[in-house]
Amino acid sequence: MKTLLISLKIFLTFTVLTGIIYPLFITGIAQVLFPEKANGSLLVRNSQVVGSKLIGQQFDSVIYFTSRPSVILYNPLPSGGSNYGLTNIKLKEIVAARRHTFCSFNQLDSLTAIPSEMLFASASGLDPHISPQAALLQVDRIANARNFNDLCKLKLINCIKNLTEGSQFLCLGEKRVNVLLLNLETDKIQ
Amino acid sequence: MTPQDFIQIILFIAVLTGLTPILGSYMYKVFTGKKHVMLPVLGWLEGLIYRFVGADPVEETNWKSYTFSLLMFNFIGFVFVFLIQLFQAYLPLNPANLPNVSWHSAINTSVSFVTNTNWQGYAGETTMSYFVQMIGLTVQNFVSAATGIAVILAVIRGITRKSTDIIGNFWTDLTRSILYVLLPLSIMFAIVLVGQGVIQNFKTYEPVQTLQGGHQVLPMGPAASQIAIKQLGTNGGGFFNANSAHPFENPTPFSNFLQILAIFLIPASLTYMYGKMVGSARQGWAIFSVMLILFLAGLCLSLYGEYSTNPVFGHLPLMEGKETRFGITNSVLFSVVTTNASCGAVNAMHDSLSPLSGMVAIINMMLGEVIFGGVGAGLYGMVIFIILTVFIAGLMVGRTPEYLGKKIGAFEVQMAIVANLTTSVAILVFTAWASVSSYGLAGLHNTGPHGFSEILYAYTSAAGNNGSAFAGLNANTLFYNLTLGFVILAGRFGVIIPALAIAGSLAGKNITPPSSGTFRTDNWLFIGLLIGVILIVGGLTYFPSLSLGPVVEHLLMNNGISF
Repeated sequence: MKTLLISLKIFLTFTVLTGIIYPLFITGIAQVLFPEKANGSLLVRNSQVVGSKLIGQQFDSVIYFTSRPSVILYNPLPSGGSNYGLTNIKLKEIVAARRHTFCSFNQLDSLTAIPSEMLFASASGLDPHISPQAALLQVDRIANARNFNDLCKLKLINCIKNLTEGSQFLCLGEKRVNVLLLNLETDKIQ
Repeated sequence: MTPQDFIQIILFIAVLTGLTPILGSYMYKVFTGKKHVMLPVLGWLEGLIYRFVGADPVEETNWKSYTFSLLMFNFIGFVFVFLIQLFQAYLPLNPANLPNVSWHSAINTSVSFVTNTNWQGYAGETTMSYFVQMIGLTVQNFVSAATGIAVILAVIRGITRKSTDIIGNFWTDLTRSILYVLLPLSIMFAIVLVGQGVIQNFKTYEPVQTLQGGHQVLPMGPAASQIAIKQLGTNGGGFFNANSAHPFENPTPFSNFLQILAIFLIPASLTYMYGKMVGSARQGWAIFSVMLILFLAGLCLSLYGEYSTNPVFGHLPLMEGKETRFGITNSVLFSVVTTNASCGAVNAMHDSLSPLSGMVAIINMMLGEVIFGGVGAGLYGMVIFIILTVFIAGLMVGRTPEYLGKKIGAFEVQMAIVANLTTSVAILVFTAWASVSSYGLAGLHNTGPHGFSEILYAYTSAAGNNGSAFAGLNANTLFYNLTLGFVILAGRFGVIIPALAIAGSLAGKNITPPSSGTFRTDNWLFIGLLIGVILIVGGLTYFPSLSLGPVVEHLLMNNGISF
């Protein structure tokens, strides 16, 4: 009986401490120190929220860079990947189909080496990044669709260079470009 | 692999090894009642808690009362988490208006979080309100990790005390673990995570008009506070469905590095604390070495599996179920660490790993989650293997087995075997049942040997209290929720109770001073023996089941066969 009473009281204590005070305390500090990040790194254009810097979006228009394949089509409720095993025949077929689509959409030779992240779906379905190579392969198609002259096309290539994120602290992580940020910059080129 | 890949791995090991003695000696001070840095900050609160709950911090109990307190406390947690899920629609902080959770899913989730497993049959952002995430799940992240630390403290007292039946006070062990270890580390870690971009707010879900005119709703919530303890407490239950692959949960390579480090940090430091407490730092480093060697062996095999070419996809880097910012090396490193440590957080979808890497993940869990292992749980699991090792070594040379001056008798060995058998029986019997029953097979997402691996992975993860999954398996069904819930309970308490019984029995024995004939447990010979016993006793049991799943899948894939 005594044990039950102590258990109940100590459970209540830790529920208040780690379930209420702790998250509120972190929220308070987060909202003071990093308000923009704590609220989802939202991007605003013309006073309208156009997305989050961290969450990828579906792009199938010819004037935009395409994101990685996503089994949830970038609908974050809920996030997730394909969960196909490597011996699953569906995966093999989908990868072949994606290769074909990517090549024909970007008017590339069917033997072009396509970066692997454009053929395989991401884990979260919300991956905001692609590799710089995957972005460069799409430049011609976008420049054509937007009737860019050579100068604008150069600006586009420069955008990719400027937005390429390298490794953190010289060694952590892979080279990558944020597709949404890149497309926002692309819209600014005239 | 590039040089950069190797640098990231070496950096991880170096930082981990460097932090082990620092946090280890801090925890040694905390749990032996010495002065430490957090005492002036939070010492008053500790006293206040004891006065409020009416527990005498000085009064210690025998192993049976200790176990009873632990079970009672865990049971209350289970009931509470179960009830708030069942009624979440009527509770506050539910901006997405999520409905009540089904009863069997609620049972599964509460069992899973109370036992530090954090198996998730549900998707966080579309199932759980902020209220349940905070007041139910975050709390269990703390207290289940603290329960693990309490058990290893009791086991250490059993080893170091003599001729007594008193092994400690569960309430003080629990309170100190949370106040001085888990809470301060979580606060620091959560703030760094927000700095990297992890969200922490109470806003409603954010509707967004996408750049090309589509519609997207971004989930929000107090994520960072939960993710910090999820990693540090080796819990692993994600705030979002994609867990640490979700960009809001793990946005940058640096946040990823810290999350991997956080999984191993406390379990590794506990080995150092253990060494100090039993009176010889070498004993702790011997255990650390065993863990590190087994970790590296798994990592090498897993990297080999992911980087070798195969006839199905040729030279393509296998990016299915992986994120661009992490790439392959960081995804593999995360998968090995999380399955070593009974954490279960993932930054890549394990279902889409190559067959060999998937097998490494399964083996890591099958070995009993002792390669660093869960917070506390890894080390008491390792002590059980040590008891078996000295017993087997004793048989080989014909001497009474001894560990740290304690004679190992029939009772300790029986308990060690009980702990070992409970998990293996649970894994194999339930996997067999699910593989031949229609309701078991109904959940499969992949076919062929990989489908069998999905089932095997699920029960292994449950029994090891890991919580990661081959997530293609639809386990949010009546059958899986209940059977997995049962296996989780067996895997948790079927080890904790024997471990505490061993502690109680060892405490009652005298300590024989070391002599020239003592079998040493801090040298390379012992490290080799212990690794051998872990692999043979822990691993060999599962060889047939692994052959049917990942092994045969690997061979078939190399012949270009798909299903």
